[in-house]
Amino acid sequence: MADSVAIKHEASHPALQHHFENLEQQREAASLGMWVFLVTEIMFFGGMFFAYTLYRTKYPAAFASASNHLSLPLGAINTAVLIFSSFTMAMAVYSAQTGKRRNQVVCLALTILLGVTFLGIKAVEYHDKYVDHLIPGRLIPGRPFSASDVHLLPGAAPQNVEMFYWIYFAMTGMHAVHMIIGVGLLSVILFFAARGKYGPEYHNPVEISGLYWHFVDIIWIFLFPLLYLLGRHLEHGG
Amino acid sequence: MSEHIVSLKIYLSIFLALLVGTALTVWAGLHDFPGQLNVIIALTIAVVKATLVVLYFMHVRYSSRLIWVVFTSALFWLAILFALTLSDYWTRSWL
Repeated sequence: MADSVAIKHEASHPALQHHFENLEQQREAASLGMWVFLVTEIMFFGGMFFAYTLYRTKYPAAFASASNHLSLPLGAINTAVLIFSSFTMAMAVYSAQTGKRRNQVVCLALTILLGVTFLGIKAVEYHDKYVDHLIPGRLIPGRPFSASDVHLLPGAAPQNVEMFYWIYFAMTGMHAVHMIIGVGLLSVILFFAARGKYGPEYHNPVEISGLYWHFVDIIWIFLFPLLYLLGRHLEHGG
Repeated sequence: MSEHIVSLKIYLSIFLALLVGTALTVWAGLHDFPGQLNVIIALTIAVVKATLVVLYFMHVRYSSRLIWVVFTSALFWLAILFALTLSDYWTRSWL
């Protein structure tokens, strides 16, 4: 009776859990679960993208002025760093699928390294904002927000510049939190990958952590032009 | 249906396309295009880049119908969030 089921599972891959028919079904279920989670994440960030859209259309001059004060080189470098990390992540999944264990470990380590680089550059940017009194409200004791370092375009009010920085810190901050979680997640994956847990037959954790990592990359693909590039053409014009 | 392995060549091409897209978006951002064209160009490039990531890095192009449905449901609800709320905010001045 139950023996036949037990024998069938015993003969299969050790990673196959008893409530799945086979590894293929288990893989589908894992991907689907991660995608459902990512849908909720899209809605979560969607709310902030909505707030951005609303206030940007309401205060275009203030948003352009505030955006122009961000560092375009640092933002662009960080975009390239994150795209590179997405590529190494994809290569980690590819290496797992093709059974190249050493490449898999190297790619995962590179992805983590690039993620940490991104966070480091982000920290430099946040520090620059701190120095320029651009942390919104009175979050920093004795250092309230002041738009005096921002070159105001005609029609830009300082309190609306502050609104841009609320949105900037909320969005990049939540993005950074996701990056930190991603780095933690990949560190665990790296630990098991180094022990040879993932191969061509079973690599769900690598695959779905990859989905999460690429999602965080996509959020930044939208954040970069929307936050860093929205008003450059008004000052540099060509 | 077994797992589809995306080839190395495709991964490399997508990676290069994403870098080119980033360079393009910076270049376009520094040029003054007429009207609202700057926003439209920036968002178009971002959508193309995101689509490449979803289809190839996230393997959606080779995934089951079920995953397609789940992913498009996100876009659907996002469209509701934007369309219904903005139809209020953006039309208030009409009164």
